Formats: sequence, C-alpha cells, structure tokens
Amino acid sequence: MKNTPDPHAGYAARDRAWHPPALHPPYKTSVMRSPSAPLLSLPTSLGEETGPVFGQAMLGDMDHDLVHNYAEPGESAIGPRIIVHGRVTDETGRPVSNALLEVWQANAGGRYRHKKEGYLAPLDPNFGGCGRVLTDEQGFYEFRTIQPGAYPWPNGGNDWRPAHIHFSIFGAAFAQRLITQMYFEGDPLIPLCPIIGAIPQKEAVQSLIAELDMTRTVPMDARAWRFDIVLRGKRQTLFENRLEGL
Amino acid sequence: MTRRYPILKETPSQTAGPYVHIGMNPNVTGIHGVYEADLGAAMKTGAVHGEEITITGTVADGMGSILKDVVLEIWQADADGLFNTPGETRGTADPEFSGWGRAAADLQTGQYRFDTVKPGRVPWRDGRLQAPHISVWIVARGINIGLHTRLYFDDEGEANSEDPVLTRIEHQHRVPTLIAQKTGDGTYRFDIRLQGENETIFFDM
Ligand SMILES: [Fe+3]
Repeated sequence: MKNTPDPHAGYAARDRAWHPPALHPPYKTSVMRSPSAPLLSLPTSLGEETGPVFGQAMLGDMDHDLVHNYAEPGESAIGPRIIVHGRVTDETGRPVSNALLEVWQANAGGRYRHKKEGYLAPLDPNFGGCGRVLTDEQGFYEFRTIQPGAYPWPNGGNDWRPAHIHFSIFGAAFAQRLITQMYFEGDPLIPLCPIIGAIPQKEAVQSLIAELDMTRTVPMDARAWRFDIVLRGKRQTLFENRLEGL
Repeated sequence: MTRRYPILKETPSQTAGPYVHIGMNPNVTGIHGVYEADLGAAMKTGAVHGEEITITGTVADGMGSILKDVVLEIWQADADGLFNTPGETRGTADPEFSGWGRAAADLQTGQYRFDTVKPGRVPWRDGRLQAPHISVWIVARGINIGLHTRLYFDDEGEANSEDPVLTRIEHQHRVPTLIAQKTGDGTYRFDIRLQGENETIFFDM
C-alpha cells in the first residue's frame, strides 16, 4: 500500500483561523485595506497548482550574503553577524526543494534603505537590506546577514516593531505563495506588536520566532538562528493504517 | 478511508509591510547593484506566441484612496493555454514567455503595469475550459495575508459566460469586478478595490 497523491485533490484549504485575519483594528492600516465580503472559496486548479520555477543560474554569488552584497569591496555591513538557516517543508512534511526565498530587513540600527523610510537612525553605507536563496534538494536554506534593529513606526502613539526579517517564499505552486516575517527568540517587543498580535493563536506566533542555534554558530564569526517554514500541502488519499508511518 | 492530513501547520502570513520593494523590487526603490534586474519585471524574453497585451490599473482602499505601496504578482498560461513550468504535462509552453510577472505600483501615482500576452484557455478541474484569465496576488502594508483574485477580459464574453469559476459565483453582480476593460489595441484596464463599493472578489483557493 502506498500513499499516493490524488491528482485531482488539489491543495488543502488554508486554515484561516491560523493566519491573521484581514481586519485587525490595532494594526490601523488593515482597517481600510481588508476586504469586507467573505473570500470566495474555490478548489485549486491548474493555474493555482503550478507556479514559476527559479534556478541557481539566475542568482548572483552574493545574493545570500547580506553582509557583503551591497558593501564596498573589502568592507562589510555593521552589526552582529548572523546566519539564518532552516528547512522548508509542506504541511505533509515533505521537503520543498528549489524554493526561492527573498528576504529584506532593516539595518542594525533599525533603519531601512527605502524612499519612504522616516526613522532617524542612520543608514549603513555598506548595507542594502535584501537577499535571496534557493532551498536545496532536502529543503534546507541558509543565508548570512546582520541582526536587524527594532524600529518605531507610526501606528499607535509609541509602537515599535520587534527585530525581524521579512520573507517572501515561492513553493512549487502559486497557491503556496507566502509572505511572512521571522522574529528572534527572547525579544521583549514580540508580545507588544500589533502586527504580530493579528495572529490569533500563540502557537502560530511561536512558529515565527527563530531559535538561537549554537550548533550552527561559527566561533568568532557569526551566531546562528534556525527558522523552519511550512508551505501548503496537497490533499492526499491514504489508508488509515498508514497514518502513523507518516 | 480518505482523509486530509496536514500534519504540520502552514507558516502564518504577515504583512509585506511598507518596505516590500527592498526585497522584491529593490531597483524600484533605488537599491541598485545587488540584483541586476528586479525579478518578474520582464515576462517576455524574445518573440512570443500570440497577442501581446498591456494591463494597467490601480488598487484602491475602502476610502477610495489609491495604494502607492502595493505590489502585484500575476501567473498565467501562454497564448496556447500552457504554463511555463516543469509541472506542465500537457505540452511545452512558449519558451520566450515566463507566465509570471511582478510589478510594484508607481510610488507616486499608484499605477501598475504588466506587459504580457493574452492567455489561452486552460481546463478547469473537470475538464471544462475556463475563459482566458490571469491569476493575481496582491500584497502591501496593511494586508495581513496576500489576496488572490482573477483577471478576465471583457472581449471574451462568450468564454466568460461559460467559465466554470465565473458561473458559480453566487453574487453575479460582483462578476464585473473580475473583468478587465479593453481600452485600445492590446491594452486593458483592471482596477482593484480592496473594500467597500464594487469590492473586487477575492478567492480562498
Ligand atoms: Fe519591517
């Protein structure tokens, strides 16, 4: 007996109670940018079950090294040097290989290199703030960067974003397209953040918090943080007596 | 016995935030030299099959204000109804057409633009042909989870009238929110409204 994917089953529906709802009034911008009608439920079809595929050939050698990819030759970005790594799987536990991850973040002082940025912390001339990497055959990825700083933002009178790295993730299907943010274990700003607060369940918040990983830390060089990512999976048909083996 | 078995929970979504361009369209916000070109900026790499079209539009919020910080992605079949991806088993798609595009709205005007081709018809799950359409995904500050919608074409009336998705929509008066208007030779307009009057239909799919 084999657990064979049913080609007509499509992707399992998103658990909307797990994701943040569109409307979360403490995050003020969501008030006018959230649809008021319910989403229309549809099973996935070819156009949602396929998606663009990217290759190593389109990436530059420095794309996964934010410490250096914007820096002058011989220089590097200022800040605590870190490695971020983890594994991308789908909801059924299968590794997602060749997944493109695009990341962006503020510099060590909490300042973004962006036209709309208004925080008075200084720009780092050697830090651009973007990087990207593909997962390997087993779904693993790794990139180097500097630890971003927390920053204030105009929402409530005194709201600060915990340190975070934004992730854009492509799986194999357009239905799996996801943008999220990774936080750092132990950050006291996490429970205060209205954007994180939009996530209803504690366990869901916990899954966005990277753990310090001393086993991958490089002595005298960089600390390591582990952040695993789960993308939507396909519905499957299987025999119940095989469930345990999964 | 049949059951669905997601054994892990999907990573929860978070907003793309106001600085999404740094990661997805760095050249748009003046970060040059890291990526040669912004990913998805060009969907055509040479002479493509079929009709070349341009789609422009805006995304408006519940007050009618145009979003200047929104990013859209589209995914579509080529002119022959084939997807340019290894998962395509029905044939080989046009190698000069990626089928995937990404555009940041203009930071001043909020206009977005895609230079693409008119897609062919793709079968629905039961084999019935869908009308030509483009899958659209919208992210921005204030959007906690990316919004999926579809763009159809107003000059495909017959195909639209038998499309398996359009015909199953209960509130038929909302269907026009999914239909791009032809504004000239090969040019279409598709305005998206996130909330309120004429709110675009968004899908959970
Ligand atoms: Fe941010």
